[in-house]
Amino acid sequence: MDAKYAIEMHGITKRFGSVTANDGIDLGIRRGEVLALLGENGSGKTTLMNMLSGIYQPDEGQILKDGSPIYIHSPREAFEHGIGMIHQHYKLIEVFTAAQNIILGLNDGRMDLAAANRKVAGICERYGFDIDPVKKVYDMSVSQKQTIEIVKVLYRGADILILDEPTAVLTPQETQKLFKVLGNMKADGKAVIIITHKLHEVMEVSDKVTVLRKGRLVGTVNTSETNPQALTDMMVGHAVSLNIDRPLCSNPRKKLVVENLTCLDAEGVKRLDKVSFTANTGEILGVAGISGSGQKELLEAVTGLYPIKEGSVRLVKDDGSEAELVGLTPRKIRQTGVGMAFVPEDRLGMGLVGSMGMTGNMMLRSWRNGRGPFTRRKEPSELAGHVLEELEVVTPDVDYPVRRLSGGNVQKVLVGREIASEPEVLMTAYAVRGLDINTSYTIYKLLTEQKMKGVAVVYVGEDLDVLLELCDRILVLCGGQVAGLVDARKTTKEEVGLMMTQFNSGEVDA
Amino acid sequence: MSTLIALIVAAVTFGTVLMYGTLGEILTEKSGNLNLGVEGIMYMGGAFGLAGAFYYEKAAGAAASGPVAIVIAILCAIAAGMAASAIYSFITITLRANQNVTGLALSIFGTGIGQFVGEYMRVSEGGYVALGNGLKDAFNATVFPQALINIPVLGRILFSHTVFFYLAIVLAIVMHLFLKRTRWGLYLTAVGESPSTADAAGINVTKYKYLATVIGGGISAIGGMVYIMTTAGCVWNHEGLAGVGWLAVALVIFCMWRPLNAIWGSVIFGAMMIMYLRVLIPFIPTELYKILPYIVTVIVLIITSMRNSRDKQPPASLGLNYFREER
Ligand SMILES: Nc1ncnc2c1ncn2[C@@H]1O[C@H](COP(=O)(O)OP(=O)(O)OP(=O)(O)O)[C@@H](O)[C@H]1O
Ligand SMILES: [Mg+2]
Repeated sequence: MDAKYAIEMHGITKRFGSVTANDGIDLGIRRGEVLALLGENGSGKTTLMNMLSGIYQPDEGQILKDGSPIYIHSPREAFEHGIGMIHQHYKLIEVFTAAQNIILGLNDGRMDLAAANRKVAGICERYGFDIDPVKKVYDMSVSQKQTIEIVKVLYRGADILILDEPTAVLTPQETQKLFKVLGNMKADGKAVIIITHKLHEVMEVSDKVTVLRKGRLVGTVNTSETNPQALTDMMVGHAVSLNIDRPLCSNPRKKLVVENLTCLDAEGVKRLDKVSFTANTGEILGVAGISGSGQKELLEAVTGLYPIKEGSVRLVKDDGSEAELVGLTPRKIRQTGVGMAFVPEDRLGMGLVGSMGMTGNMMLRSWRNGRGPFTRRKEPSELAGHVLEELEVVTPDVDYPVRRLSGGNVQKVLVGREIASEPEVLMTAYAVRGLDINTSYTIYKLLTEQKMKGVAVVYVGEDLDVLLELCDRILVLCGGQVAGLVDARKTTKEEVGLMMTQFNSGEVDA
Repeated sequence: MSTLIALIVAAVTFGTVLMYGTLGEILTEKSGNLNLGVEGIMYMGGAFGLAGAFYYEKAAGAAASGPVAIVIAILCAIAAGMAASAIYSFITITLRANQNVTGLALSIFGTGIGQFVGEYMRVSEGGYVALGNGLKDAFNATVFPQALINIPVLGRILFSHTVFFYLAIVLAIVMHLFLKRTRWGLYLTAVGESPSTADAAGINVTKYKYLATVIGGGISAIGGMVYIMTTAGCVWNHEGLAGVGWLAVALVIFCMWRPLNAIWGSVIFGAMMIMYLRVLIPFIPTELYKILPYIVTVIVLIITSMRNSRDKQPPASLGLNYFREER
């Protein structure tokens, strides 16, 4: 064995009842190295890392630190070995302040919050973080929460850091910041393991890549000797094409007309400011913008979930007449055929019931269709089977509680259900967040299929490359205002990027 | 005026009983355990507290000292409460059984044991179990000199109570400081909010849950003993204790899980419970009075949930068991 490894895992196997999440996996990482862990949803990445951080115990296999075997029975022991993990679902106490969260579980004498606040501020300064130690977590944005997680691990002096999909909920700018921090850590001689589904990030940040498939190790390669296509093939097990087909739909018609939409939040701050656009049938309208520019509010306002100050949202019927949606209840709006697949930052928090299986969750959308007091299980269970097949959800069966599925598979259930409801207007936000490459492309394909069927698709996304390849037109939001509406076939990444950051209203009408 | 003072004094007497029950349950619930067995725990505390003092007096005879009897009664009650909640903890924390079901079972079990011990003493002692007058006075004596009590109005309101009331206040303040100022308090809160987070931070979740629940049970049990020794006049009285534990559970909600609120909260609840004896309004049956505390609790619940303040919510994982590998 190469004694220079900081951490080695040998023949690690972990089973959950009948599910074998990890099957004889080997992995090694040196100090001053960034290892990317890659694999489809449910391939066992999180499970493997949880065994390093002491959440799970391996059923078989051995973990070595600096060449000698260690046994990690609890997260506390993991800390003692200098291993810190930032989880896919954040582990923070919402009612505590940042500093309270950071010192949680530490035993360094008397509790001195003032000293802790100072030390936190010191770490932030050194790595270029920006958090307020006395702010409560429930008042923070996702990226701030993640920063706390990272600071927490650094505060404990971890020299082996594990990050489980840290970039899934970050904007490209925030991601760049994070990567800079990771670079600093690497220079500091720390070993970093990062899980991500975004291949360009793997190429950018890692030195080595370990690929898992269905709980087994496929192999480990040096990043410099590989490319996204090769990695995808390793991950999926067969060649997949990374091109998005963008057929032109013959006769687009106006479907959804939004005019001067203005919304205020609870504090009276303008979230949307006179937003106007139309979505046409047979086209995918992309919505780009830095996160928090009003994308979420826009979709929620259209579907009746967000209060509208003024403006109008009209659905154009097939005979050309228009129906006003403002003022209708969300259920009425849904009945007119406006569907929304919003993938929240907290996947289980909105839209799914964790303890129910896929069938049960499908029923949440259709229970009103049953006759009398009885529910009908037949269609939902067929639908569940359909989603399971189409999106290749990794689950033992359709009635397995979704809470136990891997992060990405939870999401497939959510997205699959919305697409399957056959709306006239389909709105999705962050639909591929946390999904592996293969499934992401399946989702793109499904959206394109919907478009060709004559559905007006609105796609809120973060990845500009995908927006440019997938959409027909792109609406750019900046600070709640429309910064521009461009033809995706003619524009460039730079142009859109510029509009996102600075409002110059160079309206290029498409 | 004097009726009002008398009402307040009586409210404090009964409120003291509630305060112990509530403080214990707050500690328990802070760890995420919803122990609905308070009723049973307080019964056991009452019966065993009385038994401790009674048999001490029997053994010591005329030489029995008040303070010693008080200490013995407190210790016996605590031991009984701890034993009862240790059973609850084992079933819910180690075996991970449903907390509501276990709590209800404990409620029934504890009431039964309490009754049994009380009745057993009665039968074996030939009909009547009561402390001698000397000890009775000791349990009901105030700790302050008569001069202070004689201060007009305030004297009786502030200084005329038993040692148990002042102990409860000290306990409330200590618990407040513990939860807000100490590391262990912070960790305990974390365990109740999100055990998986606490666990990932290296906190021993099981240990905190056990300690908080067992100690909390001990504290609640003191309330039962205080009831028997003060309101019930040092005689076993199972009827008077009925429902007190449930009131304490409601009071925890009313106080929004804050020990300091328990001080005035329990006096208010105490006042509502004894009002039917002192303030008679014609045509309103006394039973209606007794539901007042629950109505007030519901109103408080409605108001706090409307205000939607994140700091005034129950511990986020209250009632849920924790198993590290479950997700
Ligand atoms: N606690 C658990 N109980 C039961 N099954 C589990 C548990 N944890 C994981 N699994 C199963 O193990 C498999 C691997 O899950 P894991 O979370 O490790 O996947 P992943 O590679 O992290 O996927 P993703 O990219 O979607 O996050 C899944 O099929 C999942 O259902
Ligand atoms: Mg995962």
